[in-house]
Amino acid sequence: MFQMTNVTKAYRTDLLETHALREFSLTVDKGEFVAVTGPSGSGKTTFLNVAGLLESFDSGTYRLDGEDVSKLDDDARSRVRNHKIGFIFQSFNLIPDLNVFDNVDVPLRYRRLPAAERRERITAALDLVGLSSRVKHLPSQLSGGQQQRVAIARALAGDPALLLADEPTGNLDSLMARQVMDLLEQINGMGTTIVMVTHDQELARRAHRNVQVIDGQITDYKPYESHSATVTVLHPAADATYG
Amino acid sequence: MFAYDLRLALDSMKRHPGLAALMVLAIALGIAVCTVTFTMYHAMATNPIADKSSQLYAVTLDTWSAERPYDDEKPENPPQLLTYRDATYLHGATAAKRTVVMYKSGALLVPERRGVKPYNAMLRVTSHEFFPMFDVPFEYGQGWDAAADQGPAPVVVIGHETNQKVFGGENSVGRTLKLGKVEYRVVGVLKPWAPSPKFFDLNNGAFEDPEDAYIPFGWGKSLELPVYGNTNCWKPEVGNSYQDFLNSECIWLQFWAELPTAADRDRYQAFVDNYARSQKATGRFPRPLNNRLYDVSQWLDRNEVVQRDNRVLIGIALMFLGVCLVNVVGLLLAKFLNAAPLTGLRRALGASRRDIVRQHMTEVLLIGLTGGVLGLLLAIGGLAGIRSIYASDFAGGAYERLTQVDPVVVLVTLGLSLAAGAIAGLYPSWRIGRTAPAIYLKTQ
Repeated sequence: MFQMTNVTKAYRTDLLETHALREFSLTVDKGEFVAVTGPSGSGKTTFLNVAGLLESFDSGTYRLDGEDVSKLDDDARSRVRNHKIGFIFQSFNLIPDLNVFDNVDVPLRYRRLPAAERRERITAALDLVGLSSRVKHLPSQLSGGQQQRVAIARALAGDPALLLADEPTGNLDSLMARQVMDLLEQINGMGTTIVMVTHDQELARRAHRNVQVIDGQITDYKPYESHSATVTVLHPAADATYG
Repeated sequence: MFAYDLRLALDSMKRHPGLAALMVLAIALGIAVCTVTFTMYHAMATNPIADKSSQLYAVTLDTWSAERPYDDEKPENPPQLLTYRDATYLHGATAAKRTVVMYKSGALLVPERRGVKPYNAMLRVTSHEFFPMFDVPFEYGQGWDAAADQGPAPVVVIGHETNQKVFGGENSVGRTLKLGKVEYRVVGVLKPWAPSPKFFDLNNGAFEDPEDAYIPFGWGKSLELPVYGNTNCWKPEVGNSYQDFLNSECIWLQFWAELPTAADRDRYQAFVDNYARSQKATGRFPRPLNNRLYDVSQWLDRNEVVQRDNRVLIGIALMFLGVCLVNVVGLLLAKFLNAAPLTGLRRALGASRRDIVRQHMTEVLLIGLTGGVLGLLLAIGGLAGIRSIYASDFAGGAYERLTQVDPVVVLVTLGLSLAAGAIAGLYPSWRIGRTAPAIYLKTQ
């Protein structure tokens, strides 16, 4: 599904150069559910931004769904984001003035789909997340869990090949977090590849594979045999296997 | 996509109504000031007979004093008016397709109609080719012929307003009209006609009303009709009779020639110069040969119908609009950057830079257009105010015409407001279009 090889990314100011990603390599297969964990400032979000074509990188290669997206211009990156990638953010990132229907509609608008097709996709996505009865509600009229489900519906409406989730349950209580995770598993079960950044080891355990990022590099990853497997906090010095 | 952008623009304006109103008002004020000044400039600068402008020539001869030019500030300019001797000579010659000699006068008009009081009517005392030469439109009847000029025949052409006032608007051809001591037979009634500027006679103001009635030129001499305009003499004239006045070097007549081609014009220039040389031989025309033919555009420039002040005013108005736009740019930048997290989100969801710029430009153009419409309304109000304040200072409907908002002004205003919006919005929209999608997603 995607393959990052030796990707480096540094943020530079006049005084400082901060290496967010160093020789970062990771391969995710189609249909996988990968959890990316790591301490704050380790480069998880930078990785997610690079994977989502929200940021460029300095060197290395990145292939997404069979296409080399390393050198795409801004327009092409927007197009790839719109067609192939769905985003789920910690703070939901819904547009407060738009109702549920219109929020889910946003990425479809930029795909210039006909109105009938957009309506069909939005309805299907909202059905999937169980919010088809709330189409006219504004985000402020929904609970946090419902808002995140709207965000998931928005990410799914475009039928993306890859779903990138950045702390998707970070702003939710445990019950709602479980519901959202159930939903993500359900979506993954339908064939959508998911890469999820999380601090939460319990959530990470529910993914197929756990990748740990420390200091801009993958230190190890481990496929979980089952959702009940124990997560081991890996020591940075441990042997790393790169995908 | 335009409908979507328009909806987003309306939503955005509704979300910050105070800010939107401030920007609309800033553009509206700038547009209103520009519209008012442009309206007046447009009225002044319009060529009222554009189709024939390059075929009609005001004929001028430098008959002035040897000691000083007619116009000290612009010594190269010959006087605008002609003496009776010169004008009648030129009119009697056949060197041009048509010529008109004329002046403005007045006489007491005594209406037949009950209830209409006698009033002092403005007259144009003119040779017969005035009407075909200046494309004067007739509602009923027609003008008179050369014989009527010479007679002079008691015939009159009346304006539309006069016909309304005196004959109730009916076909009055054949009816009689008493002007002063003479009863004239109406031979023609004009359609509403008010060329502005009144290019053929700029003596009494470029924007005054046309005359109430037109009578053959010969009546001027036989009735010794007074001149309602300028009469200028460069030397003391001794004379006790009207004939002495006609023989004097005083200038008071307008003279126009219709010269369809450039060759006609050159031939006529040579003819006029030859005439001047012949007069020099008799001791007249003491100044160097300086006879000029001005087409209508040149004539309006020569007489500074559009004064320099008006051009300066246009510049000041545009500068004011510029200041308003600078403020709008600041407000737009603040507004757009304030909404940058949402823009970042849209970028993350697949909006290209072009999508973002287009979305924001739609909003700016909507603000510009709204400002334009409001500015137009303010301008109409402003012009009405100017009319009510200054109307009494100007003859007839001069200020009515100068302050009339016409379709050209409306189109220019709306175009200007869209252009203003585009100019004001270009940088903020471009700037917001550069929003990096990742920056705001964590904090949004």
